[in-house]
Amino acid sequence: MAVQDNMGARAPRASLLNDPVIRGIVYQVLVAGAVVAFISWIVLNTAQNLAAQNKTTGFDFLFRTAGFDISFTLFPWSRTSLYWEAFLAGLLNTLLVAAIGIFFATLLGFTLGIARLSSNWLIARVATVYIETIRNLPLLLQLFFWYFAVLKAMPAVRQSFELPLDIFINQRGLMVPRPMPDHEFTWVLVAIGFSVIATIAVGIWATRVRTATGRYPSAVVLASKVADAIVSFLVALLAFTLLGNMISGVSGAVIFGAAILVAILSVTRLAPFSRAAVAFVFGLTILYALLTAMFPDVPPLLVAAGSALAGLAMAWISFERTAERPPSEGRFPLPLLVLIAVGIPAFVYWATGAQLAFEVPVLERFNFRGGVQLPPELVALVFGLTVYTAAFIGENVRGGIRAVSHGQTEAAQSLGLKEGDRLRLVIIPQAMRVIVPPLTSQYLNLTKNSSLGAAIGYPELVNVFTGTTLNQTGKAIEVIALTMAVYLTFSLLTSAFMNWYNGRVALVER
Amino acid sequence: MTTDTAFIRNEFVPAKPAPGRTDGPIVWLRKNLFATPTDAVLTILGILFLLWAIPPLYNFIVGHAVFPGGTVEECRAEGAGACWAYIAARFNFFIYGFYPIDQYWRPNIVFALGAALILPLLVPSAPFKRINAALFFVVFPLVSFYLLNGGVFGLRQVPTEQWGGLMVTLIIALVGIICSIPLGILLALGRQSNLPIIKTLCVMFIELWRAVPLITVLFMASIMLPLFMPTGTNVDKLLRALVGVTLFSSAYLAETVRGGLQALPRGQYEAGASLGLGYWQRTYFIILPQAIKHVIPGIVNNFIALFKDTSLVSIVGIFDLLNTVQAASSDINWASPTQAVTGYVFAGFMFWIFCFAMSRYSLWMERRLDTGHKR
Repeated sequence: MAVQDNMGARAPRASLLNDPVIRGIVYQVLVAGAVVAFISWIVLNTAQNLAAQNKTTGFDFLFRTAGFDISFTLFPWSRTSLYWEAFLAGLLNTLLVAAIGIFFATLLGFTLGIARLSSNWLIARVATVYIETIRNLPLLLQLFFWYFAVLKAMPAVRQSFELPLDIFINQRGLMVPRPMPDHEFTWVLVAIGFSVIATIAVGIWATRVRTATGRYPSAVVLASKVADAIVSFLVALLAFTLLGNMISGVSGAVIFGAAILVAILSVTRLAPFSRAAVAFVFGLTILYALLTAMFPDVPPLLVAAGSALAGLAMAWISFERTAERPPSEGRFPLPLLVLIAVGIPAFVYWATGAQLAFEVPVLERFNFRGGVQLPPELVALVFGLTVYTAAFIGENVRGGIRAVSHGQTEAAQSLGLKEGDRLRLVIIPQAMRVIVPPLTSQYLNLTKNSSLGAAIGYPELVNVFTGTTLNQTGKAIEVIALTMAVYLTFSLLTSAFMNWYNGRVALVER
Repeated sequence: MTTDTAFIRNEFVPAKPAPGRTDGPIVWLRKNLFATPTDAVLTILGILFLLWAIPPLYNFIVGHAVFPGGTVEECRAEGAGACWAYIAARFNFFIYGFYPIDQYWRPNIVFALGAALILPLLVPSAPFKRINAALFFVVFPLVSFYLLNGGVFGLRQVPTEQWGGLMVTLIIALVGIICSIPLGILLALGRQSNLPIIKTLCVMFIELWRAVPLITVLFMASIMLPLFMPTGTNVDKLLRALVGVTLFSSAYLAETVRGGLQALPRGQYEAGASLGLGYWQRTYFIILPQAIKHVIPGIVNNFIALFKDTSLVSIVGIFDLLNTVQAASSDINWASPTQAVTGYVFAGFMFWIFCFAMSRYSLWMERRLDTGHKR
């Protein structure tokens, strides 16, 4: 009883000063008071300064005429446009760079991350040198380099470099063909949308049936065989056409006949041989084109011999891969899906007689006419951001893959999964859990870093708004607040996505 | 009585032949470069790439380069490589900016003093850490400021507009680092605090700075700071940039330190409380030493980012290393086709040396501090 009494009694209270609750309140009141005092001091000073400079505040300036030029906008821009349109132009330019940059940086970054983990010593070393060099150089320096030292040193318009696909590069930037879809092309776009959905649906359905019954549905297997032949035919046709371009004097009929032969063989037991032949042709032609461009001084015969050797290696790889393939009943119907994804739009394109013409840039006396002209600032900024961010994404990818414990690989091996399946089904899904959060913050970093475009004259948000608009209107507070609000929105959206993703993929532990 | 022992072997298994080569260059090549056909193709492509990339690079940097002592005519010659003579001629500008030539001894003393203080600080086994740290973080900046700025002890005053080059880059990086450490730690503690107002204020501060790009912060510092001060106050341009960089980097540092605070087991906080220590005693003696030790690599990574970011001050018109290189690239006395590239390679090399050294140091610390919880 005495014990209970004791427990019920209130602890003897010391002075109020030592009560943690009271102390907490006192501290907070003090800090809040100091912050409020500091802010009101700033506001007072600002008001005084503004009054001294005869300046007013408010966002009404957004609806006044801007009266300056923007070198590159995504919508028609004239000197009579308003300031809010300038804001929008800058914002859209920022988003454009961010979107292109994120796409390429992701591709390059994943390649680098996987390359750095490769068991191939040389590849791993090359990736490491790339990452360690790029990561340790300031982005601004890299942008200066690409812009002033590389793109500004490009030849003048008359001596433009010609790249494949009618793309030209010179001091004034990159000239690319402009797609000119006609009215019927809308149907092709609809067909593309439909075929993407159909591909995904068929893929999911086939996988579900296989998970439930152990084999793919017989209709899919049959269709897949037909599709295999058709896809083999098309791939072979492409390969032999490339070969025909390399060795002149091969008639179209021979190429067509050879492609048909490959297609027929690909459904028989001789498939490994026909595939090896196609792989040989691909290895030969692509490497030959690449090498002649890279080493123009080496005699062509030597290059051809080297390419043929590489082609043989490709043929060997393809042969082994094909020979150890499971029978078509147990194989994922990839050719069928490819056929659905490409075939439906192609058929609609042919059936409706739609035309997708390209307006090719043509060199006239002083400049190029036609096509789209991408300014050098945009090219340098996208290139610099891609190269820089890819190094960081590569490190995130590497970290993510290494974070998957080795036991997972061993468990997958003991289940008898092959290397590809092991990566696709066991390692990557778990690595993504680790990779995605830092990846999104790299995307955010890329978007924020696109503001460095201001330093090389790309008209993005900071350049157009915080630079020119602020200089012309003098509305420092409003302009900077708007700019910060934009970036704050990006940041909040990113962290909202990250929280959602983390909640979705978080490990459920005991 | 005989027992049936047929299941026991009574002769040796015949010896297997010794394994083939298990060592040596051939095996190494097989294992690391030509393990599978795919590997072989990748290796060949990699070698081709190196053959294509390395010779021009070598010729540019060494082979056809014009070394110090060369003339501008040699740099202008067809096919000339990097113009190192130009770097040598403008070297002082890249290091000191517009600092008066007869006063170069002042920054030199600062460089020497900084090196002498920071090296023992980085070596864990060097003695007198406390005194060393106090000298480096408190005394050294003050001494440096008065030495560089002058105006006392009969030294000539050199206004900050004349400071430049690598000197300013190092000053901004160092001030950013020294000021953002205490600020970052306080912000991190505030964010972990139980007191709602303090927590909210810290979260708002950190998230605001982390959300906006540094270039906006620098614009804000250089345009808004004069507006915020009482009428008539003149805020030095370098000081504005320093304020911007410090606030920006303290927000990032706070997040790193918070990682360390969160990684600490609750028991450490409770153990501290059970010893009867107050909040500040507990934090200073128990929590921070462990939390900071955990995140030293992360903190060094923050410093690397800060060091690279100092190059952005060139946008608000401060002549740091990158800006001096950029300005010198329009020097017509040394105009040549490779002038700009040479300048960027030089600046890149300087930045790279510092960043790479820091990143290696952080890796080394990580391994040293890894007290063996991993497999």
